[in-house]
Amino acid sequence: MSNPTAPTPPAARPAGRRKFELDPRLKAYKGVWVFIEHERGAVHPVSFELLGEGRKLADQLGVELAGVVLGAAGEHTRRFCQDAFCHGADLCFLLEDPVLAQYRNQPYSRALTDLVNKHQPEILLLGATTLGRDLAGSVATTLQTGLTADCTGLAIDPENRSLAATRPTFGGSLLCTIVTLNYRPQMATVRPRVMSMPARNDTRSGRVIEEPLALLETDVVTKLLEFIADDKRAEVNLPFADIIVAGGRGMKRPDNFQLVRDLAEVLGAEVGATRPVVQSGWVSADHQVGQSGKTVRPKLYIAAGISGAVQHRVGMEGSDVIVAINQDASAPIFDFATYGIVGNAMQILPALTAAFRQHLATEKLAV
Amino acid sequence: MSLNMHIVVCIKQVPDSAQIRVHPVTNTIMRQGVPAIVNPYDLVALEEALRLKDRYGARITVLSMGPPQAEGALRKALSFGADEAILLTDRSFAGADTLATSYALASAIRKIRLDIPVDLVFAGKQTIDGDTAQVGPGIAIRLKMQLLTYVSKIETIDLDKSELTVQRRAEGGVQVLKTRLPALITVLEGINEMRFATMSDMFRAARYPIRVWDKDAAGIEDISKIGLKGSPTVVSKVFAPTPRTQKAEIIQTQSDQPGDVAATLLAKMFARFPQLRDAIGRRGE
Repeated sequence: MSNPTAPTPPAARPAGRRKFELDPRLKAYKGVWVFIEHERGAVHPVSFELLGEGRKLADQLGVELAGVVLGAAGEHTRRFCQDAFCHGADLCFLLEDPVLAQYRNQPYSRALTDLVNKHQPEILLLGATTLGRDLAGSVATTLQTGLTADCTGLAIDPENRSLAATRPTFGGSLLCTIVTLNYRPQMATVRPRVMSMPARNDTRSGRVIEEPLALLETDVVTKLLEFIADDKRAEVNLPFADIIVAGGRGMKRPDNFQLVRDLAEVLGAEVGATRPVVQSGWVSADHQVGQSGKTVRPKLYIAAGISGAVQHRVGMEGSDVIVAINQDASAPIFDFATYGIVGNAMQILPALTAAFRQHLATEKLAV
Repeated sequence: MSLNMHIVVCIKQVPDSAQIRVHPVTNTIMRQGVPAIVNPYDLVALEEALRLKDRYGARITVLSMGPPQAEGALRKALSFGADEAILLTDRSFAGADTLATSYALASAIRKIRLDIPVDLVFAGKQTIDGDTAQVGPGIAIRLKMQLLTYVSKIETIDLDKSELTVQRRAEGGVQVLKTRLPALITVLEGINEMRFATMSDMFRAARYPIRVWDKDAAGIEDISKIGLKGSPTVVSKVFAPTPRTQKAEIIQTQSDQPGDVAATLLAKMFARFPQLRDAIGRRGE
C-alpha cells in the first residue's frame, strides 16, 4: 500500500517550554514605563540609563516609551519631562501636587499605583536606589505582580513578548533569567551604572499627560520634619567616580588602610572596599563595592589585597582598567584584571603613590 | 519595666556567600560545606530591637521562614536576647518569591498579633543571598503598617501617643520622619554593633522550645498565594557568567623593587590608555 500524499506532520511543538496564553485582561497592558527619579532639582542619572534600555525594549515590542514624573510644582517637573524626552521617552505622565514635594512611601506608592491601574503599562522600570527599592517593593505588592531586583540585563522574549530580566544569584556566582508570565505590569529595578548612559538628543520632544493625585496631605500618616542634605564634599559617590582605589582583607590591619587612602588622595579617587572589610568596621558601609554594595564603572580601579571573589567582581568588572595587587599569584582577580602586580600591597601602594605623585608633578611642569 | 511594646523581628538563614565557590571546571556552585549564617543585615535589625527593649522595655518575637534547619538562626537570635521564636516551615512554602514570602510572613504576623498586638516589625535592609530588599516593604503594605526603610536612627518612640520619629537614609541626605505605630522598619547597615550573647541566654536559647508553624498554624488563608504557586516571577534559566578569557598582564621587573614595579606599571598603562592621563588628579579642579 502506497500513500501518494505524505501525511501532514504534526504541528511542531513550538520550542515552547514557555508556551502560554496571556490572560485576556492582561493583553490591554501596553507600553514601557520608566520612573523618573529626581532630587534637589536634577534627574537621577539612573533614570536616563533606564530610558536608554527602555527605548530598546519599546522598539522591540513596537510600543511607546513613557516617563513617570511625580513631584510638586516648582520642583522643575516640566524640565524633567523634557529631559526624559531627550533621553528617549515618547511621552510623560506627570503628577504634580504639594503632597509629592519630597519622597514619602505612601503618597508616591498611591500615585504610581493609580497611574498603573489607569494607563496599564506592560513593563515598569525603576532605579535600584533607596527610593526606587522602597517604592517598587510597595507598588508591586499592592498590584500583586512580579518584581525582579537589581537586574543586569533586560530583553524581550520573542516567543511570548515577556520581559526576560537577568540578575546575579548565589551572591553573584551565577546569573538567572526571571520572567513574570501571567501578571502585569512586569516590574524590574536596575542599579545605577549597570546600564550605559544613552546620548542626549535635544531635538526630541514628546507629550505630557497630566493626572491628578487622589490624596490629601491630611491622609498621609508620615510627616517629613526635616531633610539633612549630605555634605557634598564629604559624600562618597562611588558609582560615578572616575577612579577608585579599593582595599580588601589582604590589607591585613585597619591602620594599613591609610595606604589605600593615601593613593586615593593623590589620584583624586574615591575609596572602595570589600564586604569583609566593611563588616570588620575598617571603613564605613558607603564605601562597599560589590553584590551587597555599590556597582561602579570607573576609568581606573585599583584593587589592593582583594582576592576577586564573585561578590566583589560583579560590582566592579565594568571598570575600564583594573589594576590588581595581591600576594597570591593564583588569586581569581588576576583572571579578569587588566594589570596585575604579585606582591605585598603594603609595599606596592606607597610606591604607586610616589610614582603617581611624581607623574603629576612632571605633567604640571610640562604645561 | 512594663512590657508595653511588642516587636517582631524577621530574620533569614542564608548561606555565607563569602564562602560560596564556583567549581573551576564544571562552573557549578559548590554548596558542600558552605556554612549557614543569620543574614548579617538582620542582625543589625535585631540589635536595634534589643536596644529598644533596653530603652523602653519590650517583648521581642523573632520570626523566620525556611527549612527545619533554619531553627539554628532563631536559636542564635534567642541567645542575643529575643524572647520568643517562631519558625514557619512547610513544604508548600518552598519556591516562594518575594511576593509569596511577604504573604506568608504577613499572615504569621497577623496570627501573632491576635495574642499580643504588634507595635513594630523589624527587618534587615536586604538579604545577602537574594539582595532584593522587597520583603520588608511587602509585609508593611499587606499589614497596612507605615513603612520606614533604610532607617539609620530611631530618635524617639512615644507609646502613649503611638508616635515614632526616625532618621532615614535617602538619596542625597537624611530624612527625619515622624509617623504612627504600628510601623515596619528596615535598618541600614553599620548603625550598631551586635552585642555578645550572655551565658545564661545561650543556655536558654539551646533549650528553648521554638514554635514551629506549618501553613495552617501560620493562618494562611489562600494557599494559592504561597510557595511556587503564589510567585508571579519564574526563573526561566540559570547560567554561569561568561568567563573572561583575558588574563591580567603581570607587571614584573628584574629588580623586583616596588618603585621599579610602580614606574613600569605607569609607563605601560599610560601608553596603552592615554585617556587615563586626563582622569587622574582631577578632583577639586
